[in-house]
Amino acid sequence: MACVELKKINKTFGNIEIIQSVDLRVEDGEFVVFVGPSGCGKSTLLRLIAGLEEPTAGDIEIAGEVVTDLSPKERGVGMVFQSYALYPHMSVYENIAFGLKLDKANKGKVREWVEKTAEILQLTSLLQRKPRELSGGQRQRVAIGRAMAREPQIMLFDEPLSNLDASLRVQMRTEIAKLHDRLQSTMIYVTHDQVEAMTLADKIVVLNGGHIEQIGTPFELYETPASLFVAGFIGSPKMNLIPAIVKATSPGKSVDVEICGMGTVTVERDASHMDDGTEMTVGLRPEHTRLSLSGPDSGLEVVNVEYLGNEAYVYLEMPGMNELVVVRESVPCQIRAGQRVTLNADPERLHVFDADGHSLPRVGLRKEEDSVQQIASH
Amino acid sequence: MNRKRLRKLVGKTGFGLLLSAIMLFTVFPFYYAILTSFKSGSELFKVDYWITTFNLENYQSVLGQSSFVSSIWNSILVSTSAVAIAMGFGLTAAYALGRVHFRGRGTVLMIVLGVSMFPQVAVLSGLFEVIRAFDLYNDPLSLVFSYTIFTLPFTVWVLTTFMRQLPKELEEAAIVDGASPVVTLFKVFIPLMGPAMATTGLLAFIAAWNEFLFALTFTLTDDQRTVPVAIALITGGSQHELPWGHLMAASVVVTVPLVVLVLIFQRRIVSGLTAGAVKG
Repeated sequence: MACVELKKINKTFGNIEIIQSVDLRVEDGEFVVFVGPSGCGKSTLLRLIAGLEEPTAGDIEIAGEVVTDLSPKERGVGMVFQSYALYPHMSVYENIAFGLKLDKANKGKVREWVEKTAEILQLTSLLQRKPRELSGGQRQRVAIGRAMAREPQIMLFDEPLSNLDASLRVQMRTEIAKLHDRLQSTMIYVTHDQVEAMTLADKIVVLNGGHIEQIGTPFELYETPASLFVAGFIGSPKMNLIPAIVKATSPGKSVDVEICGMGTVTVERDASHMDDGTEMTVGLRPEHTRLSLSGPDSGLEVVNVEYLGNEAYVYLEMPGMNELVVVRESVPCQIRAGQRVTLNADPERLHVFDADGHSLPRVGLRKEEDSVQQIASH
Repeated sequence: MNRKRLRKLVGKTGFGLLLSAIMLFTVFPFYYAILTSFKSGSELFKVDYWITTFNLENYQSVLGQSSFVSSIWNSILVSTSAVAIAMGFGLTAAYALGRVHFRGRGTVLMIVLGVSMFPQVAVLSGLFEVIRAFDLYNDPLSLVFSYTIFTLPFTVWVLTTFMRQLPKELEEAAIVDGASPVVTLFKVFIPLMGPAMATTGLLAFIAAWNEFLFALTFTLTDDQRTVPVAIALITGGSQHELPWGHLMAASVVVTVPLVVLVLIFQRRIVSGLTAGAVKG
């Protein structure tokens, strides 16, 4: 149990900068998820914390001590690898006990710890098996067991579920969440799967191109993405990002935005740094919109309707946009392809980004918190 | 339809014939050696294809010579020590060359490969001087020394290749578990290198067991010889007589251990031992 602090961490391979000046603090007992597209440096960041890679610059602190030059063992970390990396010639018992034995713990103690770990992970009946006799989920549990047997201060997970099939992944996700509740240890988890990130994390770190885009709770990332990248990355189906133009600003209060295909909307955002006529982007989640049928000459054309059973996705063609706009509708959905519809959205629910992709600060912050609370308790 | 079947049949027959031809080609000399070893006197020069007489006289007289028996012991000693030493150096070198990144790794590997290309004759006189300097002349240890030199490049090269194929995560898992490089090598890698070690060890053993030139040059007296030289130097009663019976019996005696070794280790020369390490 310990907090982790990264200070101005840099990592370059040759001429390529993988991690650019990352500052991050992970609190004691927190479950933090690094998420981002492939190649964003999330695994490298995890390996830096593990001690499997050395930072080019910067310091890593664990529990207030600088550990940059220490080995993984001295740092007190346990790690679960994507490919499990179990020792194939050892039984489950020996796999879990390997690190303990190297610690020169006495035999009785090793047995006690292994059995305790096995019990937590429901591996007791499998202790004498070899890894090749186990299923994917069981192997993954052994890998977790091996990482936690030495009771590390920090547990690191490198995309642990990506080799499992979909149903097993959901099951293991729940088990990892339960494990965290039970152990209360600091966990850092890398994934490219945003569902895993949203469901497991106390705090999500969104990485992009080697720098941190945003740090926040799943709720914060979903409700108030700080940048276009986060807005597009978190949420499924993706947030619709629609080009817009600033019409008129009243600094510190609100801004009138002409949204392509939706007309002019007033949003309570501070756009004082933007001139009238500037291009910007408005983000609109598929679930925060309403559709109403319009006349044959107005509105947007419905290109496709996907029926998913519990909901339906309506795809609209927006003039001036390459991508289709996605709208979530409840079922039964009356809208058919070929019809024309009007797109309505609550201005409160709009996300507004300037030309650099930064979110415009909200004005009615207190109001926002109220509604946040409401939704949270929902 | 019928033509297809016919073609299949012809193909099968052809394959069978080819296989038998290869079998005959490789096994027949040894078979004929066994056959001949049971004969004596003028029977030796009669061509038989089946065992007609069963006479162990040749074996008795060959194994009765104390110098031949000691040459067998010498061979065992020299071959096993050479293999053991080559394995020890080979595995540790392979770990460094296969898993540790350092400047000049490729160069070292090329040099190792280059060394193995020297013909034995080219280094014979130089090596002779070295052995004289170490005072190992007419001592089986001289052969251990020289065979190790000649098997190491091959051993290092093959083991390095195998070592590189082991998944990186396995090593990293060991590092996270707190294993030192030595522990990683001996507790994690070597148990997984069984097939590779069996293959290289066996080939090194056979090479050492069969080696002739060094064995002839570096030993002088009969009781220091190894088996290939001892067999070559078996002589008959007169200059014009070759004791074929004895030669064949001796050949069979020294070949059998190799055959047995191959049979024992061929089970281990099965890959798939790494199954279950990573996703599979």
